[in-house]
Amino acid sequence: MSDAVGVVRPASRDARARDADSAGWVEALATPGRAHDDAVQRLHALLLRASRFEVGRRRQALGYVRDDLDDLATQAADDALMAIMAKLHTYRGDSRFTTWAYKFAVLEAGVKVRRRVWHEREIPLEEDGWARLPDRGSTPARDLETAEMLGAVRTAITEALTPHQRTVLIAVTLNDVPIDVLAERLATTRGALYKTLHDARKNLRARLAEQGLEGATA
Amino acid sequence: MSDSAPRPTRELLGKVLGPAGPELTCDECFAYLDRYTELEQTGRDADAAIPGMRAHLHGCPACSEDHDSLLALIDTER
Repeated sequence: MSDAVGVVRPASRDARARDADSAGWVEALATPGRAHDDAVQRLHALLLRASRFEVGRRRQALGYVRDDLDDLATQAADDALMAIMAKLHTYRGDSRFTTWAYKFAVLEAGVKVRRRVWHEREIPLEEDGWARLPDRGSTPARDLETAEMLGAVRTAITEALTPHQRTVLIAVTLNDVPIDVLAERLATTRGALYKTLHDARKNLRARLAEQGLEGATA
Repeated sequence: MSDSAPRPTRELLGKVLGPAGPELTCDECFAYLDRYTELEQTGRDADAAIPGMRAHLHGCPACSEDHDSLLALIDTER
């Protein structure tokens, strides 16, 4: 990438080596034969390292279900490998191949950890969960502006959102339900739920802006 | 929002109202995540290169976790 418009610097030796390494991965993975099998094996080992890294980062959230963490990491690496092989043609070389591959392992491991944490836990899907909004802070709202904003947000949640938007907004932002866990329970996708959350937030901001509340628009 | 508001209240309102301005979708975030984190890691202006990514990471806890983990992971290889 150029550092400024119209200025393209020659690739450094490190960058060229990196590009060659990435191209080598893609060629080996895309071409049947022994080199392919070796590359798949090496890639799986990298993905397993990445998924173990992610599971390790989330270890505390997993609490008591610690005995099968390595199984979780292995499943994540397996699923990431399948996703990578299916999407290999979409790799454009915008990053190192290994970074591109790691993101699949991180995604798979992160989703699996969040789902495991919420496994068999009831998800609070309450349309009236907004009622807790003013009480959530450990410090009560002291100034008038904040109190006004809290009141306006509560009102906007009840008046400016559809029931589905309200349910998603409250679950994700007030009850801290991970969006991919909620997506699984509602038989939809993370992307679709985030779109719902985005639209809900947009409606809230628009309602607050109508009332001239500072910070509601930008 | 007032800067004098108690921090937990400000953070809660921030979570509810989300980021202001344009942001990427979750699918777009995933598509650019590797490039974005490498740009960050190498000190480039990742936010200028991929507008809307930072706002999405502020608004989406799951994508934000994935981003933080990927950045930490590639940092281990420096």
